[in-house]
Amino acid sequence: MKVLVMVKQVPDTETRIKIRPDGQGIVEDGIKWVINPYDEFAVEESLRIREKFGGETVVVALGPKRVEEAVRQSLAMGADRAVIIESADMLEPSLVVQALAKVVKEEGFDLIITGKQAVDDDSAQVGPMLAARLGLPHASIVIKLDIDDSQNKLRVERELEGATEVVELPFPSVITAQRGLNEPRYPTLPNIMKAKKKEVKRIPLDSLSIDPSPRIRLIQLSPPPDRPQPTVLTGEPAETAKKLAELLHEQAKVI
Amino acid sequence: MSEGVLVIFDQNQGQVRHVVPEILSVARELDQGTVTALTFGTGASETLDTLGEYGADQVLFWEQEPFTRYSSDGFADAIAALVPQIDPSVILFPASAWGKDLSPRVAELLGAGLATDCLTLRTDTSHHVIATRPVYAGKALAEVAVETPIQIFSVRPNINKAIPDPKKPKVLDWPPHIADNSFRAVVVERREVQSGVKELTEADIIVSGGRGLKAPENFKLLDQLAEVLGAAVGSSRPVADDGWVPHSYHIGQTGKVVSPTVYFAVGISGAIQHLAGISGSKYIVAINNDPEAPIFKVANYGVVGDLFQVIPLLTEEVRKIKAIS
Ligand SMILES: Cc1cc2nc3c(=O)[nH]c(=O)nc-3n(C[C@H](O)[C@H](O)[C@H](O)COP(=O)(O)OP(=O)(O)OC[C@H]3O[C@@H](n4cnc5c(N)ncnc54)[C@H](O)[C@@H]3O)c2cc1C
Ligand SMILES: Nc1ncnc2c1ncn2[C@@H]1O[C@H](COP(=O)(O)O)[C@@H](O)[C@H]1O
Repeated sequence: MKVLVMVKQVPDTETRIKIRPDGQGIVEDGIKWVINPYDEFAVEESLRIREKFGGETVVVALGPKRVEEAVRQSLAMGADRAVIIESADMLEPSLVVQALAKVVKEEGFDLIITGKQAVDDDSAQVGPMLAARLGLPHASIVIKLDIDDSQNKLRVERELEGATEVVELPFPSVITAQRGLNEPRYPTLPNIMKAKKKEVKRIPLDSLSIDPSPRIRLIQLSPPPDRPQPTVLTGEPAETAKKLAELLHEQAKVI
Repeated sequence: MSEGVLVIFDQNQGQVRHVVPEILSVARELDQGTVTALTFGTGASETLDTLGEYGADQVLFWEQEPFTRYSSDGFADAIAALVPQIDPSVILFPASAWGKDLSPRVAELLGAGLATDCLTLRTDTSHHVIATRPVYAGKALAEVAVETPIQIFSVRPNINKAIPDPKKPKVLDWPPHIADNSFRAVVVERREVQSGVKELTEADIIVSGGRGLKAPENFKLLDQLAEVLGAAVGSSRPVADDGWVPHSYHIGQTGKVVSPTVYFAVGISGAIQHLAGISGSKYIVAINNDPEAPIFKVANYGVVGDLFQVIPLLTEEVRKIKAIS
């Protein structure tokens, strides 16, 4: 079974976001870049599939030079090789999808796994869009994945609001990974060393001749509204509990 | 010339989520023309009264097979075939698991741009829709416009007000076009996680616990407070990771993003990833024994104290207030 995993590099979730004065992006100085947390579940799942059924797992990432780090981390977790689509900028989902679609068609695959959502743009679009572009079925927000022994069919569990649903789909198809799918392994030192020697193919974005017209225009980024000054109560629990209930009832009028 | 708003949503035996009246209200306020509602499966036509109450001009129900079971590719193909017939300038989906699964697929089939999980939408002077959506899990807000002729948005639940505007919708009797080789991904089973428990993303009040609770059984303190408040129960990530509560409780940048009227953070320190998931809350109430805990920086109300003492007392106080009001 050949599994392709789409990996995006994003600012670490600890990052405090500073908006550029022109409102068209964030200040990138000093940001620690990491593999998108949901993509770690995607990588892990691909490794488990390979361990069970054999085959190959290939990581595909689009972005500037620095994405190599996220790619090496995926290789250190155990992916076999990688393809980087070199793009000076991060692109919006529909453009990423065009580029990824060309590369994955060229690669060939049984299954594509993406993250549920990238924690920078929070779009949650690339997986299902890529599936549509490739004419393949998909299931998103997957927390459990089973492949039958004859490898004909995928059975996945999706997380909904207050419920889960089981979806069956044929190969090839596209899945997006949600937290709970698995527990990603840590790269071991020997595997980090090995990852340095694994094949990373580089494809310039220009060579893919995609239609670069964006579908979304960013007007501006702004910080979230400030929260009001807090009212903090200290003292005897019986008093603070009573006072809090009163404030919620009389001042905030929420109970 | 494209005109109007197409609102696409799911329903269950004639019941719709709160977000549906909310989106219909948004659709009307956009003032882009006819509001058409489309929904699917058994019981779809029973939503007619609700759709009329919130101002849908026309409705379309695909109740028949194969729409009784959700299929991402099947539904998307049928919607993409319908859209030219309706020719809307705007399509709205709920930003629920259902809407987030379907909307990007529909967008790609239509070659249209999609802005996910929008908080607010408005029409500007050139009749274009401008959306505000959180990015970096709410650490920033992005104002965006969709540049394609069809503008697609998914709308976050619990943000916009549902405002009645009773109408008698016209029921369209347009049969779906079912493409060959469609309906490949199909739902074969659905399991309710907890019956009778409020869903976090739609809850008006959330009582959430963290490592300060010390042990899984202590969550019953929060269950009791939640019960008197009519609230849903959530958690920080580590306690979900440790299996004290189900994964579905986990709130934050890598969990659920919630926007209740009141969020109680009990024994939660207020790590940046947790705060990202709760920044849309109208009121944040922190209960923590460490006055330096970062949660107090974002809270509207805070109690510095031992949660094991404060929570049972607070539960009693709320019970008293509820009894007399
Ligand atoms: C990639 C990544 C993603 C993450 N995503 C998320 C996420 O989405 N959501 C999330 O929540 N976390 C997330 N985290 C984890 C986050 O960094 C914090 O570790 C976590 O939020 C802390 O949980 P906590 O507040 O329950 O625990 P702690 O930080 O241990 O806080 C416990 C609090 O309880 C208080 N306390 C202790 N005893 C009492 C008592 N008797 N009475 C009152 N108060 C008491 C303490 O003062 C303390 O403030 C993420 C981390 C990473 C690295
Ligand atoms: N630039 C990229 N390179 C590789 N994969 C990506 C890229 N952008 C998004 N993805 C994949 O698509 C998922 C969802 O991203 P998004 O639609 O941007 O929220 C991510 O978790 C990745 O798996």
